[in-house]
Amino acid sequence: MLAMKKNRLAQAVVAFLPSFFAILAGFLLGFVILLAVNPSQAIQGIGIILKGGLNKGMSGMGQVLYFATPIIMTGLAVGFAFKTGLFNIGASGQFTMGAFAAIYVGVVMKFLPPAIHWFVAILASMVAGAIWGFLPGLLKATRNVNEVITSIMMNYIGMSAVNMMVRATVYNKLKNESLPVASAANIPKWGLQEIFPYPSMSGGILIAVLCVIIVYIVLEKTTFGYELKACGFNRDAGLYAGIQAKRNMIYSMMISGALAGIGGGLLYLSGSGKYMKVIDVIATEGFDGISVALLGLSHPIGVLFAGVFIAYIKVGGFNLQLLNYDQEVINIITAAIIYFSAFALLFKTKIQSIVTRNAVQKNEASNTMQDESTMESEERPMKEGDSQ
Amino acid sequence: MRGLELLYFLVQQMMYFSMPLLIVALGGLFSERSGVVNIALEGIMVIGALASVLFIFLMQQFSILSGNGLLLIAFLIAAVAGTLYSLLHAYAAINMKANQVISGTALNLASTPFAVFIGRLATGTVIGRTVQQIPFKNQFRITKVPVLGDIPFMGPLFFQNTYITTYLCILILLISWIILYKTKFGLRLRACGEHPQAADSVGINVYRIRYAGVMISGALAGIGGLVFVIPTSTNFNASVAGYGFLALAVLIFGQWKPWRVFAAAIFFGFMKTISASSSSIAILAQLPISSEVYKMIPYIATLIILVFSSKNSQAPRAAGQPYDQGAR
Repeated sequence: MLAMKKNRLAQAVVAFLPSFFAILAGFLLGFVILLAVNPSQAIQGIGIILKGGLNKGMSGMGQVLYFATPIIMTGLAVGFAFKTGLFNIGASGQFTMGAFAAIYVGVVMKFLPPAIHWFVAILASMVAGAIWGFLPGLLKATRNVNEVITSIMMNYIGMSAVNMMVRATVYNKLKNESLPVASAANIPKWGLQEIFPYPSMSGGILIAVLCVIIVYIVLEKTTFGYELKACGFNRDAGLYAGIQAKRNMIYSMMISGALAGIGGGLLYLSGSGKYMKVIDVIATEGFDGISVALLGLSHPIGVLFAGVFIAYIKVGGFNLQLLNYDQEVINIITAAIIYFSAFALLFKTKIQSIVTRNAVQKNEASNTMQDESTMESEERPMKEGDSQ
Repeated sequence: MRGLELLYFLVQQMMYFSMPLLIVALGGLFSERSGVVNIALEGIMVIGALASVLFIFLMQQFSILSGNGLLLIAFLIAAVAGTLYSLLHAYAAINMKANQVISGTALNLASTPFAVFIGRLATGTVIGRTVQQIPFKNQFRITKVPVLGDIPFMGPLFFQNTYITTYLCILILLISWIILYKTKFGLRLRACGEHPQAADSVGINVYRIRYAGVMISGALAGIGGLVFVIPTSTNFNASVAGYGFLALAVLIFGQWKPWRVFAAAIFFGFMKTISASSSSIAILAQLPISSEVYKMIPYIATLIILVFSSKNSQAPRAAGQPYDQGAR
């Protein structure tokens, strides 16, 4: 038992190490940029980035959570699709649709009882996101249309469609943005503002965490989740095992879309005075979601931490402007981290081979060898034997 | 505008939209046919546009070069910058056997902040006004090509209000087709994208061919960035408005074949023209349809066409998989 637990811990460490190195390398690059721009303040600058949200204490952490909430959701959406073998680059469109649905319910449906108004709005955002994810899933399953392309198209269609609908229904003409939602439509704060005294703090983060837990349970503990993952891993094998791959493809795009849609709802119902602008720009939260999913290795818990982490250094970036540095440095660091984390596979096999080699040596010493020998055989002999 | 005049106008506009899509999609074609998925096209376009527009800006500010000579040098600079940036993707995808979607995404993510960063730095030091838009004077438009521009019908259609880059793009299309289908290198490139092990077994260096594929795609995408910015704007605002992603759609729509890609780019460019100039087309302007609907048209049309053309996708079979010599 204990040995097994130790093994699992070691595995988790091995899984996380590459991300850790990637983050380190990213910060190193950021430091070099700071040095190149203004050497005298570089050390102070990198300090501010590392301190991130903690610069302003708990209020700063509140800001971190505020920024983290939507990108955790889009990250969860992208990661969920990744796990099932699909690349949902359309989280932006689904996010935007969800945001609009939530705002629409929030502004127009004032007849709803205040106690459930916000909840209905979130549900609406979920449904809207799911619908926007449904089409790419359907086309992929039935017509073999590449989901990357359809999602990109759906991003643009969603952007224009939402601009049109905002103009037609909940339009504040003076400011060229959406009208404010009813106060009952804002997500309750559930006492969070006592812990994090940040004005835009809302309960949205708790809903995001709840979604993380649900996705984790679905993926890891249910047959449905297992089927989805199996199809993602090897569609033919899934088919052979009697899994309805096509149906599952549609489901996973819908779930992915629903998650991104909720992200839109959570952001615009946070009572932060943020309104939907009518502009021809695709929501950045969707693309941030790709970073979050990649950094979190598509695992729900990983996504949670990755979302908080990226929001954390983003807040550090705002503070960086005090030193007259460009806050874009942060985005370059994030990109570098993602780039280096792409090397994860190589790191992982390297680390694993070191770990297993050590384990084998230990075993030979104590003359007990059971599970490790099978681990070893998984790795090695395949490689050389076939090349002739 | 009515009749012929309108047709001339639409075709001239269409070229501004189609050419960047064509050239960038061709870039993607080289990369994917060699076996490396390149979703970094968007980012490479940004870097290509950044380097070349920055060059134009500096040359114009200090009155060193001007006119179409300047544009031609900028064209080369865009290609070089794109190639260099794409090396990052090649290294990750080929040497490090990284997930190609991840490294491509990283390149996309890095490009815009980098361009903003450099843009502010450049404008701040040169014109003393720190903005992220790098301005330039558009002195490159050719109102009428000598002789050819005077041909009835064809002249105004293809040889008036045009840019030298348009013809270069068409030339590159021809060269690409020749390289891909008429040379040894092209055959090898396609082999590496279909079955790298087979290519390797007859002595082809898969890694080197894939490097070449990615670098060509970098050069073309870099050029695409410049070709996109010049006719449609008077400054470079650290973005190419998603054209890299659209080019990816054009590539798939064109089934990874040069002439089909050309047709797809023309189609998409035409749709885009209709939507962008709906207010100046008398018939469309009178209809009670909001501008947003017109903006959606190119994307909806592409979706519909994809539905009918994707059933037999002809994607390169090995695209996206790191080459593993030992795999069966």
